[in-house]
Amino acid sequence: MVKYAVFTTRAQPGEFMTIGELAEILEAKILADHHDHDFEIPMGGAADLMSDVLAFGSEGMVLMTGLTNPQVVRTAEMAGISVIVFVRAKMPPPETLKLANDIGITLVTTGYTMYEACGRLYAAGLGGLGPVKIENGTW
Amino acid sequence: MRPAWGDSVRSRSKTAPGDMADDHEITKVQELIYTTRVESVMAPDVIVISPSATMAEARALMREKHISGMPVVEGDRMVGIVSMSDVMEALEKGSLNVPVSAMMTREVKTAYGDSYVAEAIGRLGPRGFGRIPVIDREGRLVGIVTTGTLIQSLLREMDIRYKKKEEEKLQSYRASHIYDDIVSDDTSLVLRYIVDDKDFSNAGKASSGIKKSLQRLRVLPSIVRRVAVAVYEAEMNLVIHTDVGGEITVDVRRDRLLISAVDHGPGIENISEVLKPGFSTAPQWIRDMGFGAGMGLANIKRCSDSMRILSESGGGTRLDIIFLFRDHPVGGGPVEGKRS
Repeated sequence: MVKYAVFTTRAQPGEFMTIGELAEILEAKILADHHDHDFEIPMGGAADLMSDVLAFGSEGMVLMTGLTNPQVVRTAEMAGISVIVFVRAKMPPPETLKLANDIGITLVTTGYTMYEACGRLYAAGLGGLGPVKIENGTW
Repeated sequence: MRPAWGDSVRSRSKTAPGDMADDHEITKVQELIYTTRVESVMAPDVIVISPSATMAEARALMREKHISGMPVVEGDRMVGIVSMSDVMEALEKGSLNVPVSAMMTREVKTAYGDSYVAEAIGRLGPRGFGRIPVIDREGRLVGIVTTGTLIQSLLREMDIRYKKKEEEKLQSYRASHIYDDIVSDDTSLVLRYIVDDKDFSNAGKASSGIKKSLQRLRVLPSIVRRVAVAVYEAEMNLVIHTDVGGEITVDVRRDRLLISAVDHGPGIENISEVLKPGFSTAPQWIRDMGFGAGMGLANIKRCSDSMRILSESGGGTRLDIIFLFRDHPVGGGPVEGKRS
Protein backbone atom coordinates (compact mmCIF):
# COMPACT_ATOMS: atom_id res chain seq x y z
CA MET A 1 0.00 0.00 0.00
CA VAL A 2 1.29 3.42 -0.89
CA LYS A 3 1.60 5.49 2.25
CA TYR A 4 2.96 8.72 0.77
CA ALA A 5 2.54 10.23 -2.62
CA VAL A 6 6.12 11.21 -3.34
CA PHE A 7 6.33 14.24 -5.55
CA THR A 8 8.94 13.84 -8.22
CA THR A 9 10.99 16.99 -8.39
CA ARG A 10 13.15 15.94 -11.31
CA ALA A 11 10.96 16.65 -14.29
CA GLN A 12 12.09 16.14 -17.87
CA PRO A 13 14.01 19.02 -19.42
CA GLY A 14 11.55 21.57 -20.75
CA GLU A 15 8.97 20.54 -18.15
CA PHE A 16 10.23 22.78 -15.37
CA MET A 17 8.22 25.79 -14.39
CA THR A 18 9.64 28.98 -15.86
CA ILE A 19 9.93 32.37 -14.16
CA GLY A 20 7.32 33.71 -16.60
CA GLU A 21 4.87 30.97 -15.58
CA LEU A 22 5.62 31.47 -11.88
CA ALA A 23 4.88 35.18 -12.15
CA GLU A 24 1.64 34.39 -13.95
CA ILE A 25 0.50 31.77 -11.41
CA LEU A 26 1.23 34.10 -8.47
CA GLU A 27 -0.13 37.17 -10.28
CA ALA A 28 3.20 38.57 -9.22
CA LYS A 29 5.01 41.77 -10.02
CA ILE A 30 8.67 41.46 -10.97
CA LEU A 31 10.72 43.97 -8.95
CA ALA A 32 14.22 42.99 -10.06
CA ASP A 33 14.51 41.20 -13.39
CA HIS A 34 17.76 39.27 -13.73
CA HIS A 35 16.81 36.05 -15.47
CA ASP A 36 15.30 35.14 -18.81
CA HIS A 37 11.58 34.66 -18.39
CA ASP A 38 12.01 31.12 -19.71
CA PHE A 39 14.61 30.38 -16.99
CA GLU A 40 13.59 27.01 -15.56
CA ILE A 41 13.11 26.71 -11.81
CA PRO A 42 14.01 23.23 -10.53
CA MET A 43 12.16 23.45 -7.20
CA GLY A 44 10.69 25.67 -4.54
CA GLY A 45 10.98 26.26 -0.81
CA ALA A 46 9.58 28.61 1.81
CA ALA A 47 10.99 29.89 5.10
CA ASP A 48 11.35 32.92 7.31
CA LEU A 49 14.30 31.32 9.04
CA MET A 50 17.52 31.99 7.18
CA SER A 51 19.28 28.96 8.64
CA ASP A 52 16.55 26.79 7.13
CA VAL A 53 17.12 28.47 3.79
CA LEU A 54 20.83 27.72 4.04
CA ALA A 55 20.01 24.13 4.91
CA PHE A 56 17.56 23.39 2.08
CA GLY A 57 18.65 25.93 -0.51
CA SER A 58 19.70 24.47 -3.84
CA GLU A 59 20.92 25.84 -7.15
CA GLY A 60 18.36 27.81 -9.15
CA MET A 61 15.45 27.32 -6.75
CA VAL A 62 12.76 29.82 -5.79
CA LEU A 63 12.37 30.98 -2.17
CA MET A 64 9.06 32.20 -0.75
CA THR A 65 9.53 34.44 2.29
CA GLY A 66 7.88 37.12 4.36
CA LEU A 67 11.17 38.79 5.24
CA THR A 68 12.39 41.68 3.11
CA ASN A 69 15.69 42.74 4.71
CA PRO A 70 18.87 42.72 2.57
CA GLN A 71 20.14 39.62 4.38
CA VAL A 72 17.47 37.58 2.62
CA VAL A 73 19.17 38.41 -0.67
CA ARG A 74 22.59 37.65 0.80
CA THR A 75 21.32 34.33 2.11
CA ALA A 76 19.87 33.51 -1.30
CA GLU A 77 23.22 34.32 -2.93
CA MET A 78 25.04 31.98 -0.56
CA ALA A 79 22.54 29.16 -1.03
CA GLY A 80 22.53 29.56 -4.84
CA ILE A 81 18.88 30.64 -4.93
CA SER A 82 17.93 32.54 -8.09
CA VAL A 83 14.45 33.87 -7.39
CA ILE A 84 12.88 35.33 -4.23
CA VAL A 85 9.12 35.74 -3.88
CA PHE A 86 7.93 38.19 -1.22
CA VAL A 87 4.50 37.11 -0.02
CA ARG A 88 1.54 39.20 1.22
CA ALA A 89 2.35 42.01 -1.24
CA LYS A 90 5.41 42.99 0.76
CA MET A 91 7.71 45.50 -0.87
CA PRO A 92 11.41 45.26 -0.03
CA PRO A 93 13.30 48.38 1.11
CA PRO A 94 15.64 50.06 -1.43
CA GLU A 95 18.75 48.42 0.15
CA THR A 96 17.32 44.99 -0.61
CA LEU A 97 16.53 45.94 -4.21
CA LYS A 98 19.97 47.40 -4.70
CA LEU A 99 21.72 44.29 -3.38
CA ALA A 100 19.57 42.06 -5.61
CA ASN A 101 20.47 44.21 -8.60
CA ASP A 102 24.19 44.08 -7.71
CA ILE A 103 24.20 40.31 -7.28
CA GLY A 104 21.71 39.43 -10.03
CA ILE A 105 18.89 37.81 -8.10
CA THR A 106 15.33 38.08 -9.41
CA LEU A 107 12.79 39.52 -6.94
CA VAL A 108 9.02 39.28 -7.29
CA THR A 109 6.16 40.21 -5.00
CA THR A 110 2.77 38.50 -4.80
CA GLY A 111 -0.46 39.39 -3.05
CA TYR A 112 -0.96 35.78 -1.89
CA THR A 113 -0.03 34.59 1.61
CA MET A 114 2.89 32.23 2.12
CA TYR A 115 0.48 29.27 2.33
CA GLU A 116 -1.39 30.11 -0.84
CA ALA A 117 1.67 31.14 -2.84
CA CYS A 118 3.29 27.76 -2.08
CA GLY A 119 0.05 25.89 -2.71
CA ARG A 120 -0.51 27.44 -6.10
CA LEU A 121 3.03 26.69 -7.28
CA TYR A 122 2.99 23.12 -5.92
CA ALA A 123 -0.37 22.44 -7.51
CA ALA A 124 1.01 23.72 -10.80
CA GLY A 125 3.80 21.13 -10.62
CA LEU A 126 6.69 22.89 -8.89
CA GLY A 127 8.15 20.32 -6.53
CA GLY A 128 10.15 20.65 -3.34
CA LEU A 129 13.02 18.91 -1.64
CA GLY A 130 10.94 15.84 -0.72
CA PRO A 131 11.18 14.22 2.72
CA VAL A 132 14.35 15.42 4.49
CA LYS A 133 16.46 13.39 6.83
CA ILE A 134 16.84 15.05 10.19
CA GLU A 135 19.42 13.88 12.68
CA ASN A 136 19.96 15.30 16.16
CA GLY A 137 17.32 17.90 15.52
CA THR A 138 19.21 19.31 12.56
CA TRP A 139 19.09 18.93 8.79
CA MET B 1 2.36 37.44 -17.21
CA ARG B 2 3.75 34.94 -19.62
CA PRO B 3 5.45 36.62 -22.53
CA ALA B 4 3.91 35.98 -25.91
CA TRP B 5 6.86 33.94 -27.16
CA GLY B 6 6.58 31.41 -24.33
CA ASP B 7 4.88 28.74 -26.41
CA SER B 8 7.18 28.89 -29.37
CA VAL B 9 10.23 28.60 -27.11
CA ARG B 10 8.83 25.50 -25.45
CA SER B 11 8.03 23.75 -28.69
CA ARG B 12 11.43 24.60 -30.10
CA SER B 13 13.21 23.06 -27.14
CA LYS B 14 12.14 19.67 -28.45
CA THR B 15 14.33 20.01 -31.55
CA ALA B 16 17.69 18.32 -32.05
CA PRO B 17 20.47 19.23 -29.60
CA GLY B 18 22.46 20.93 -32.35
CA ASP B 19 19.80 23.60 -32.73
CA MET B 20 19.85 24.52 -29.06
CA ALA B 21 22.58 27.15 -29.22
CA ASP B 22 20.74 29.11 -31.90
CA ASP B 23 17.50 28.93 -29.97
CA HIS B 24 19.26 30.24 -26.92
CA GLU B 25 20.52 33.27 -28.81
CA ILE B 26 17.07 33.92 -30.24
CA THR B 27 15.50 33.94 -26.81
CA LYS B 28 18.20 36.36 -25.62
CA VAL B 29 17.14 38.83 -28.31
CA GLN B 30 13.50 38.26 -27.48
CA GLU B 31 14.26 38.76 -23.82
CA LEU B 32 15.93 42.07 -24.67
CA ILE B 33 12.99 43.42 -26.63
CA TYR B 34 10.62 42.54 -23.82
CA THR B 35 12.73 44.21 -21.13
CA THR B 36 14.14 47.23 -23.01
CA ARG B 37 12.13 50.42 -23.12
CA VAL B 38 11.51 52.31 -26.35
CA GLU B 39 13.28 55.45 -25.09
CA SER B 40 16.59 53.59 -24.94
CA VAL B 41 16.44 52.43 -28.57
CA MET B 42 15.16 55.63 -30.21
CA ALA B 43 17.10 58.43 -31.86
CA PRO B 44 16.39 61.42 -29.60
CA ASP B 45 17.11 64.19 -32.11
CA VAL B 46 14.29 63.97 -34.60
CA ILE B 47 14.49 65.71 -37.94
CA VAL B 48 11.06 67.19 -38.63
CA ILE B 49 9.42 69.28 -41.32
CA SER B 50 6.61 71.83 -41.30
CA PRO B 51 3.31 70.95 -43.07
CA SER B 52 3.58 74.14 -45.15
CA ALA B 53 6.97 73.13 -46.63
CA THR B 54 6.83 71.80 -50.20
CA MET B 55 7.44 68.20 -51.23
CA ALA B 56 10.56 69.41 -53.05
CA GLU B 57 11.89 70.75 -49.73
CA ALA B 58 11.03 67.46 -48.06
CA ARG B 59 12.96 65.58 -50.75
CA ALA B 60 15.99 67.86 -50.33
CA LEU B 61 15.97 67.46 -46.54
CA MET B 62 15.75 63.65 -46.74
CA ARG B 63 18.59 63.56 -49.22
CA GLU B 64 20.75 65.89 -47.11
CA LYS B 65 20.15 63.98 -43.82
CA HIS B 66 20.21 60.52 -45.44
CA ILE B 67 16.82 59.59 -44.03
CA SER B 68 13.81 57.99 -45.66
CA GLY B 69 11.03 59.76 -43.81
CA MET B 70 10.21 62.22 -41.03
CA PRO B 71 7.39 63.43 -38.82
CA VAL B 72 5.49 66.53 -39.89
CA VAL B 73 5.26 68.96 -36.98
CA GLU B 74 3.20 72.10 -36.53
CA GLY B 75 4.09 74.05 -33.39
CA ASP B 76 4.62 71.28 -30.80
CA ARG B 77 2.02 68.99 -32.39
CA MET B 78 2.77 66.15 -34.75
CA VAL B 79 0.25 66.24 -37.59
CA GLY B 80 1.53 63.48 -39.87
CA ILE B 81 4.50 61.70 -41.36
CA VAL B 82 6.08 62.05 -44.79
CA SER B 83 8.28 59.40 -46.38
CA MET B 84 10.32 58.73 -49.48
CA SER B 85 7.38 56.91 -51.08
CA ASP B 86 5.29 60.09 -50.74
CA VAL B 87 8.09 61.98 -52.49
CA MET B 88 8.15 59.41 -55.29
CA GLU B 89 4.41 59.69 -55.70
CA ALA B 90 4.75 63.49 -55.91
CA LEU B 91 7.49 63.05 -58.54
CA GLU B 92 5.28 60.77 -60.65
CA LYS B 93 2.41 63.24 -60.49
CA GLY B 94 4.73 66.17 -61.11
CA SER B 95 3.45 67.84 -57.96
CA LEU B 96 6.67 68.55 -56.08
CA ASN B 97 5.46 72.07 -55.36
CA VAL B 98 2.42 71.08 -53.30
CA PRO B 99 2.73 71.45 -49.51
CA VAL B 100 3.74 68.43 -47.46
CA SER B 101 0.36 68.53 -45.71
CA ALA B 102 -1.30 67.47 -48.99
CA MET B 103 0.77 64.31 -49.46
CA MET B 104 1.65 63.19 -45.91
CA THR B 105 0.15 60.24 -44.03
CA ARG B 106 -2.13 61.70 -41.38
CA GLU B 107 -2.77 58.61 -39.29
CA VAL B 108 0.53 57.97 -37.57
CA LYS B 109 1.28 55.00 -35.35
CA THR B 110 3.25 56.17 -32.34
CA ALA B 111 4.81 54.52 -29.30
CA TYR B 112 5.26 55.79 -25.77
CA GLY B 113 8.85 56.25 -24.61
CA ASP B 114 8.25 54.21 -21.46
CA SER B 115 6.63 51.27 -23.26
CA TYR B 116 8.59 48.12 -24.15
CA VAL B 117 10.32 47.67 -27.49
CA ALA B 118 8.24 44.54 -28.14
CA GLU B 119 5.17 46.74 -28.51
CA ALA B 120 6.81 49.03 -31.06
CA ILE B 121 8.62 46.32 -32.99
CA GLY B 122 5.40 44.73 -34.29
CA ARG B 123 4.60 47.94 -36.09
CA LEU B 124 7.95 48.21 -37.83
CA GLY B 125 9.20 46.06 -40.67
CA PRO B 126 8.18 45.05 -44.16
CA ARG B 127 4.42 44.93 -43.55
CA GLY B 128 4.37 47.70 -40.98
CA PHE B 129 5.90 51.15 -40.95
CA GLY B 130 9.40 52.36 -41.69
CA ARG B 131 9.54 54.50 -38.58
CA ILE B 132 7.63 54.99 -35.35
CA PRO B 133 7.60 58.45 -33.77
CA VAL B 134 8.01 58.24 -29.99
CA ILE B 135 5.90 60.50 -27.77
CA ASP B 136 5.79 61.12 -24.04
CA ARG B 137 2.61 60.78 -22.00
CA GLU B 138 1.75 64.45 -22.78
CA GLY B 139 1.85 63.69 -26.49
CA ARG B 140 5.07 65.58 -27.23
CA LEU B 141 7.43 64.13 -29.85
CA VAL B 142 10.58 62.95 -28.03
CA GLY B 143 12.28 60.66 -30.54
CA ILE B 144 11.95 58.22 -33.40
CA VAL B 145 12.50 54.47 -33.75
CA THR B 146 13.55 52.96 -37.07
CA THR B 147 14.79 49.47 -37.88
CA GLY B 148 18.25 51.06 -37.92
CA THR B 149 18.16 52.64 -34.45
CA LEU B 150 16.62 49.44 -33.11
CA ILE B 151 19.31 47.11 -34.46
CA GLN B 152 22.04 49.47 -33.34
CA SER B 153 20.87 49.66 -29.73
CA LEU B 154 20.11 45.97 -29.41
CA LEU B 155 23.55 45.09 -30.77
CA ARG B 156 25.15 47.53 -28.33
CA GLU B 157 23.27 45.98 -25.42
CA MET B 158 24.25 42.44 -26.48
CA ASP B 159 27.85 43.58 -26.86
CA ILE B 160 27.88 44.91 -23.28
CA ARG B 161 26.50 41.62 -21.97
CA TYR B 162 28.99 39.62 -24.02
CA LYS B 163 31.94 41.70 -22.79
CA LYS B 164 30.86 41.23 -19.19
CA LYS B 165 30.80 37.45 -19.67
CA GLU B 166 34.18 37.45 -21.39
CA GLU B 167 35.70 39.53 -18.59
CA GLU B 168 34.47 37.07 -15.96
CA LYS B 169 35.93 34.20 -18.03
CA LEU B 170 39.30 35.94 -18.21
CA GLN B 171 39.39 36.65 -14.46
CA SER B 172 38.51 33.04 -13.81
CA TYR B 173 41.21 31.87 -16.22
CA ARG B 174 43.90 34.02 -14.57
CA ALA B 175 42.92 33.05 -11.03
CA SER B 176 42.72 29.33 -11.71
CA HIS B 177 46.25 29.28 -13.14
CA ILE B 178 47.91 30.87 -10.11
CA TYR B 179 48.92 27.48 -8.79
CA ASP B 180 50.66 26.63 -12.07
CA ASP B 181 52.47 29.93 -12.35
CA ILE B 182 53.92 30.19 -8.84
CA VAL B 183 57.07 28.13 -8.25
CA SER B 184 57.07 26.51 -4.82
CA ASP B 185 56.87 23.10 -3.16
CA ASP B 186 53.41 23.91 -1.91
CA THR B 187 51.49 27.07 -2.78
CA SER B 188 48.83 28.42 -0.51
CA LEU B 189 46.62 31.40 -1.23
CA VAL B 190 45.42 33.34 1.81
CA LEU B 191 42.40 35.66 1.63
CA ARG B 192 41.64 37.96 4.59
CA TYR B 193 38.35 39.65 5.39
CA ILE B 194 37.52 42.05 8.24
CA VAL B 195 34.02 41.66 9.71
CA ASP B 196 32.54 44.49 11.79
CA ASP B 197 30.25 43.68 14.69
CA LYS B 198 26.56 44.63 14.51
CA ASP B 199 27.06 45.94 10.96
CA PHE B 200 24.05 44.25 9.43
CA SER B 201 24.02 46.17 6.16
CA ASN B 202 27.43 44.77 5.23
CA ALA B 203 26.99 41.33 6.76
CA GLY B 204 27.69 38.67 4.16
CA LYS B 205 30.14 40.75 2.14
CA ALA B 206 33.09 38.58 3.16
CA SER B 207 31.18 35.39 2.29
CA SER B 208 30.18 36.87 -1.04
CA GLY B 209 33.83 37.69 -1.81
CA ILE B 210 34.92 34.21 -0.79
CA LYS B 211 32.27 32.57 -2.97
CA LYS B 212 33.25 34.65 -6.00
CA SER B 213 36.96 34.00 -5.47
CA LEU B 214 36.48 30.24 -5.19
CA GLN B 215 34.39 30.29 -8.37
CA ARG B 216 37.20 32.10 -10.15
CA LEU B 217 39.65 29.53 -8.81
CA ARG B 218 37.32 26.99 -10.43
CA VAL B 219 36.61 25.05 -7.29
CA LEU B 220 33.91 22.40 -7.88
CA PRO B 221 30.48 24.15 -7.73
CA SER B 222 29.11 21.66 -5.17
CA ILE B 223 32.03 22.46 -2.85
CA VAL B 224 31.66 26.23 -3.44
CA ARG B 225 28.05 25.96 -2.31
CA ARG B 226 28.94 24.13 0.89
CA VAL B 227 31.72 26.61 1.66
CA ALA B 228 29.43 29.57 0.99
CA VAL B 229 26.78 28.34 3.41
CA ALA B 230 29.31 27.52 6.14
CA VAL B 231 31.30 30.73 5.87
CA TYR B 232 28.13 32.82 5.78
CA GLU B 233 26.91 31.23 9.02
CA ALA B 234 30.34 31.92 10.55
CA GLU B 235 30.29 35.52 9.34
CA MET B 236 26.80 36.07 10.78
CA ASN B 237 28.07 34.72 14.12
CA LEU B 238 30.82 37.36 14.12
CA VAL B 239 28.29 40.10 13.28
CA ILE B 240 25.68 38.97 15.80
CA HIS B 241 27.69 37.75 18.78
CA THR B 242 31.01 39.59 19.01
CA ASP B 243 31.56 43.00 20.55
CA VAL B 244 34.56 44.01 18.46
CA GLY B 245 33.98 42.14 15.21
CA GLY B 246 36.55 39.72 13.89
CA GLU B 247 38.47 38.39 10.95
CA ILE B 248 37.90 35.60 8.47
CA THR B 249 40.90 34.07 6.73
CA VAL B 250 40.66 31.56 3.93
CA ASP B 251 43.75 29.48 3.22
CA VAL B 252 43.38 27.81 -0.17
CA ARG B 253 45.77 25.02 -1.01
CA ARG B 254 45.41 22.85 -4.07
CA ASP B 255 44.04 19.98 -2.06
CA ARG B 256 42.07 21.67 0.71
CA LEU B 257 40.56 24.82 2.11
CA LEU B 258 40.96 26.02 5.69
CA ILE B 259 38.65 28.78 6.87
CA SER B 260 39.24 30.47 10.23
CA ALA B 261 36.81 32.89 11.83
CA VAL B 262 38.59 34.60 14.72
CA ASP B 263 37.33 37.21 17.17
CA HIS B 264 38.48 38.76 20.43
CA GLY B 265 35.41 38.51 22.51
CA PRO B 266 33.30 37.99 24.45
CA GLY B 267 33.99 34.26 24.10
CA ILE B 268 31.73 31.31 24.73
CA GLU B 269 30.82 30.17 28.25
CA ASN B 270 29.83 26.61 27.51
CA ILE B 271 30.98 25.21 24.18
CA SER B 272 29.05 21.94 24.38
CA GLU B 273 25.86 23.95 24.80
CA VAL B 274 26.36 26.16 21.72
CA LEU B 275 26.93 23.04 19.63
CA LYS B 276 23.41 21.82 20.44
CA PRO B 277 21.07 22.59 17.54
CA GLY B 278 18.50 25.17 18.58
CA PHE B 279 20.59 26.70 21.36
CA SER B 280 20.90 30.43 20.86
CA THR B 281 21.71 33.58 22.81
CA ALA B 282 20.66 35.89 19.97
CA PRO B 283 18.46 38.85 20.94
CA GLN B 284 14.92 39.24 19.57
CA TRP B 285 15.79 41.82 16.90
CA ILE B 286 18.25 39.38 15.35
CA ARG B 287 15.58 36.65 15.40
CA ASP B 288 13.13 39.03 13.72
CA MET B 289 15.54 39.22 10.81
CA GLY B 290 15.44 35.45 10.38
CA PHE B 291 18.72 34.70 12.15
CA GLY B 292 19.79 33.46 15.57
CA ALA B 293 17.83 30.20 15.54
CA GLY B 294 20.75 28.26 16.94
CA MET B 295 21.34 26.30 13.75
CA GLY B 296 24.51 28.05 12.61
CA LEU B 297 27.16 25.72 13.98
CA ALA B 298 25.06 22.68 13.10
CA ASN B 299 24.85 23.95 9.53
CA ILE B 300 28.60 24.59 9.40
CA LYS B 301 29.32 21.10 10.71
CA ARG B 302 26.98 19.52 8.17
CA CYS B 303 28.55 21.38 5.23
CA SER B 304 32.23 20.95 6.11
CA ASP B 305 34.61 18.01 6.25
CA SER B 306 35.72 19.01 9.73
CA MET B 307 35.03 21.78 12.21
CA ARG B 308 36.76 22.82 15.40
CA ILE B 309 35.82 25.53 17.85
CA LEU B 310 38.10 26.97 20.53
CA SER B 311 36.90 29.55 23.00
CA GLU B 312 37.24 30.88 26.49
CA SER B 313 34.68 32.98 28.33
CA GLY B 314 35.94 36.55 28.47
CA GLY B 315 38.54 35.74 25.79
CA GLY B 316 38.11 35.20 22.09
CA THR B 317 36.74 32.50 19.84
CA ARG B 318 38.37 30.66 16.96
CA LEU B 319 36.39 28.56 14.52
CA ASP B 320 38.32 26.43 12.04
CA ILE B 321 36.48 24.81 9.16
CA ILE B 322 38.14 22.44 6.70
CA PHE B 323 36.98 21.41 3.24
CA LEU B 324 38.83 18.74 1.26
CA PHE B 325 38.92 18.98 -2.52
CA ARG B 326 39.68 15.24 -2.82
CA ASP B 327 39.58 14.27 -6.53
CA HIS B 328 39.16 17.86 -7.68
CA PRO B 329 42.26 19.85 -6.69
CA VAL B 330 42.25 23.58 -7.47
CA GLY B 331 43.94 24.39 -10.78
CA GLY B 332 43.34 20.85 -12.08
CA GLY B 333 45.86 18.02 -12.48
CA PRO B 334 47.26 15.86 -9.70
CA VAL B 335 48.68 17.42 -6.54
CA GLU B 336 52.45 16.99 -6.58
CA GLY B 337 55.39 18.17 -4.54
CA LYS B 338 56.29 18.05 -0.89
CA ARG B 339 53.52 18.53 1.61
CA SER B 340 54.04 20.76 4.59
